[in-house]
Amino acid sequence: MARAAILGRLTWQEGTVTAVREETSTARTIALNLPGWPGHLAGQHVDVRLTAEDGYSAQRSYSIASPPDDGRLELTVQRLPDGEVSSYLDDVLEVGYPLELRGPIGGWFVWDPASTAPVLLVAGGSGVVPLMAMIRTREAAGSKAPFRLVYSVRSPDTALYTEELAERQRRGDGLDVSYQYTRTTPPGWAAPPGRINAEVLASAGWPPDRHPAVFVCGPTPFVEAVANLLVNTGHDPGAIKTERFGPTGGQS
Amino acid sequence: MSHLDGNMLGGELGELFTMDVTMAVAQCASCGTPGMIAQTMVYADAPGMIARCPSCGEIMLRLARGPDRAWLDLRGVTYLQLPMPAEP
Repeated sequence: MARAAILGRLTWQEGTVTAVREETSTARTIALNLPGWPGHLAGQHVDVRLTAEDGYSAQRSYSIASPPDDGRLELTVQRLPDGEVSSYLDDVLEVGYPLELRGPIGGWFVWDPASTAPVLLVAGGSGVVPLMAMIRTREAAGSKAPFRLVYSVRSPDTALYTEELAERQRRGDGLDVSYQYTRTTPPGWAAPPGRINAEVLASAGWPPDRHPAVFVCGPTPFVEAVANLLVNTGHDPGAIKTERFGPTGGQS
Repeated sequence: MSHLDGNMLGGELGELFTMDVTMAVAQCASCGTPGMIAQTMVYADAPGMIARCPSCGEIMLRLARGPDRAWLDLRGVTYLQLPMPAEP
C-alpha cells in the first residue's frame, strides 16, 4: 500500500462540485474536482466539513464511491431525516459550489486490487457506497478476483446503483449481485421480505473453505448481525472487515 | 448506545500525526489484548470521541478537539506499534 507510506498530516482542502447525479429520491452522487488529490484506495472515506458564516461548523464522514483517480472523486450521500450535513449536500449543493474536505482516510477497510482471493461484499442500505468503489476499482485495475455482492435494502426504490450493477452482472466477468429486501420486494419476487440470514449468506456468498476476503458495511446493528452470522458459519473472524455507520458523528 | 469503528478516527488522528494511526497496533492497558486502532469500538456522540477495547470494553483512547487545540488521552494504551516506511 504505497499511500500508507506517504508521511504527512491530513489537511482540509477545498474541492469544486463538477456534477451531481440523482441516484434515488433520497440519495445523490456528487462529483468533485480536487487539485492535488493524490488518488485513494478502494474503501477509503473523506470527512466533509460545512462552516456557517457565524463560524459554526459540522463534519461527517462519507465513503468514496469512485475508483482511484488523480484530482477527482465522487461521493454518494444518503439524505437522513434531520441530517444537518446530508440535507445540505443533497438539497442545496450545486455544480460550481465549493466543498471542504480532508482525506483520503483509512487503511483498514480497503480492498487491494493485487489480491486474487474471492471477495464477499455485504451491504446494508447506503453501506454499499465503499463496496461500489471496490467493484469499480476491480474493473479499473483489470482484477479477475471473483466478487459477490449481497445487498440488503428496504425496497427496490431505495437501492443505489441498480442499473450499473445489473449491467456489470450481465457482462459476466466475475461479479454476482444478490438483493435482499427487508420491507417490500419487487412484484413476483420469489422470497418474502426479510433480513439477511445464514441461508442467504450460504447461497449468495462464498463457502468458508474458499477463504474469501469479506467486507461488511452498513448501520451498526446490520454489521453486527452479518458479522456474527459469518463467524457462526465458519468464516475466519480475521478475514471479515467491517465498517459501521450511524446517525451521529459517523457516516451520515 | 451504538458504536462505530476505529476506522473513523482516521480523519481526526490524521490531523495530529504524520502517519495513519488507525493502522497502528495498540495494546489495551486493561486486558492486554493488542489490536488495531481501526478495530476499536468508537463512541462519537459524546463531546469528544472515545475508543474502547473490542475485547474488554475498557476505554483506550479519548480525543477532544477545540478550535485551536486537541486533547489526546492514551492512558488506556500500554503501547502503540506504528507501521513505518522500511529504512533503506
